[in-house]
Amino acid sequence: MELKSGSNLEKILRAGQFAFTGELGPPRGANDAAVREKAKFLRGVVDSVNITDNQTAMVRMSSWAASLIALQEGLEPNYQMVCRDRNRLAMQSDVLGAYALGIRNMLCLSGDHQQFGDHPRAKSVYDIDSMQLIQMVQGMRDGGKFQGGADIETPPRVFIGAAANPFADPFEWRVHRLAKKVKAGADFIQTQCIYNMDKFRRWVQQANDMGLTEKVFILAGVTPMKSIGMARYMKTKVPGMDVPDAIIKRLQGVDKKKVADEGIQIACEQIAEFKEMKGVAGVHLMAIEWEHKVPEIAERAGMLPRPQV
Amino acid sequence: MIVAERKPLEEIESMLKGYRRVLTVGCGTCVAVCLAGGEKEVGILNAELQIARKLDENPIELGAACVERQCDMEFLDELQGMVDQYDAILSMACGAGVQFMAERFEDVPVFPAVDTTFIGANRDVGWYEEKCRACGTCVLGMTAGICPVTMCAKGLFNGPCGGTNNGYCEIGNDQPCAWYRIYERLARQGRLEQIMEIHPANEWRNQTPRTLVQAAYRKRKELAAS
Ligand code: SF4
Ligand code: SF4
Repeated sequence: MELKSGSNLEKILRAGQFAFTGELGPPRGANDAAVREKAKFLRGVVDSVNITDNQTAMVRMSSWAASLIALQEGLEPNYQMVCRDRNRLAMQSDVLGAYALGIRNMLCLSGDHQQFGDHPRAKSVYDIDSMQLIQMVQGMRDGGKFQGGADIETPPRVFIGAAANPFADPFEWRVHRLAKKVKAGADFIQTQCIYNMDKFRRWVQQANDMGLTEKVFILAGVTPMKSIGMARYMKTKVPGMDVPDAIIKRLQGVDKKKVADEGIQIACEQIAEFKEMKGVAGVHLMAIEWEHKVPEIAERAGMLPRPQV
Repeated sequence: MIVAERKPLEEIESMLKGYRRVLTVGCGTCVAVCLAGGEKEVGILNAELQIARKLDENPIELGAACVERQCDMEFLDELQGMVDQYDAILSMACGAGVQFMAERFEDVPVFPAVDTTFIGANRDVGWYEEKCRACGTCVLGMTAGICPVTMCAKGLFNGPCGGTNNGYCEIGNDQPCAWYRIYERLARQGRLEQIMEIHPANEWRNQTPRTLVQAAYRKRKELAAS
């Protein structure tokens, strides 16, 4: 089996195992223990963990630093990088540094607009966009070249991830955008949180029809609902999120104390379907500020034990 | 055109605090059209300043002039005879005009009376919209005449991003998603293939001060330099 990066995530996916990735948000402070504490719940439970990069444009511990702490804690990080905060020079040097220190997966994102965060009047960079970031990292790895054309002595052999949101409009465009990301060099895709299964099925079907799922591993994004309030918030306040009323109704239908449990139940049913769905290679579980629940969710979804490859 | 906005009176007053004889100069082109710094605005600003300084018991003597274009040395020459009589010039032109004025009359302090805001178009009377950031490599042909650098909140070249929400940008409900509109317009024209290919990283050409000499005039510039 020829590997591009040799990361655990890559090995799992190439071995045809159903992958399971998690997410860890770095703290809003210099406290490494906060990262270690969250990491503890994920060790042995996920194949790789996404370390978010100033998510929702709030300043947090840098994603490469938190990735290293995760690495020390026995987790394999998936280092997220957004285009909002860095130009191509800073990005490339961070990729080199991250690789040198043992980071083997990265996820290339545009990033939320700074207007959402705690520095709304910051100047954003967007020197390049997420598509061009994928292309740049792929060129660094496979071409051994910097974006500017010069040779790289030791190219960073990272497994390249990208995001996809099948629910943002125009829907017809979404599969073409996926195709562009594959062409740019994405090895794997993690999708936006899925609630509208019907739409997701249609999107994956299109990706299958276009032959894209033979070229890229798609990890379906799952975020269990903790409460009805969260479901409502996701529906109305988060751009590009598609939460059908049926989900909210279902949560409303159970005893108040059982809402979170029902949320997990819905997630488990989704995961069960993804395991069988042609074109889906794994699940990306984004249990936002709910890391301690991940072992339970993984257990209930039948994702444990994780395969060793 | 260049769109500008008059600075608040207090800011202009504070710049002019130490000056007793000031020449306010309007510009007859862009800033006149966008109602920020033409002949009429010179008159209004001078009247406001006059009153404010009188109230402060620090009277000021104000002159008024308006040239066709402050971003053209030829027109600035018209002011030659006047400038000597003043201790400062208050320019109502855009940033380019103010700088040419300051270069032309190097011994006289020149102050800006407007904030130069953007390159834009006139949607309605007194209503202007930003349209171009002068990136230096225009992609409007590929994007159905909608500028992604200016109109997309992230300046993406390969949109729309995952934040687009019912045709609006993730930054808020009154900002249309530029890329959604690009998609719609290209689809209507049957030209979606324009955005199927990856648009590579932009080679930014607006990161150093730029000079442009049209081909026909390059010889003339060389002669002037030698
Ligand atoms: S692409 Fe560049 S030159 Fe063209 S309108 Fe946009 S900013 Fe202006
Ligand atoms: S929602 Fe549309 S306009 Fe806003 S950042 Fe994304 S692509 Fe650009």
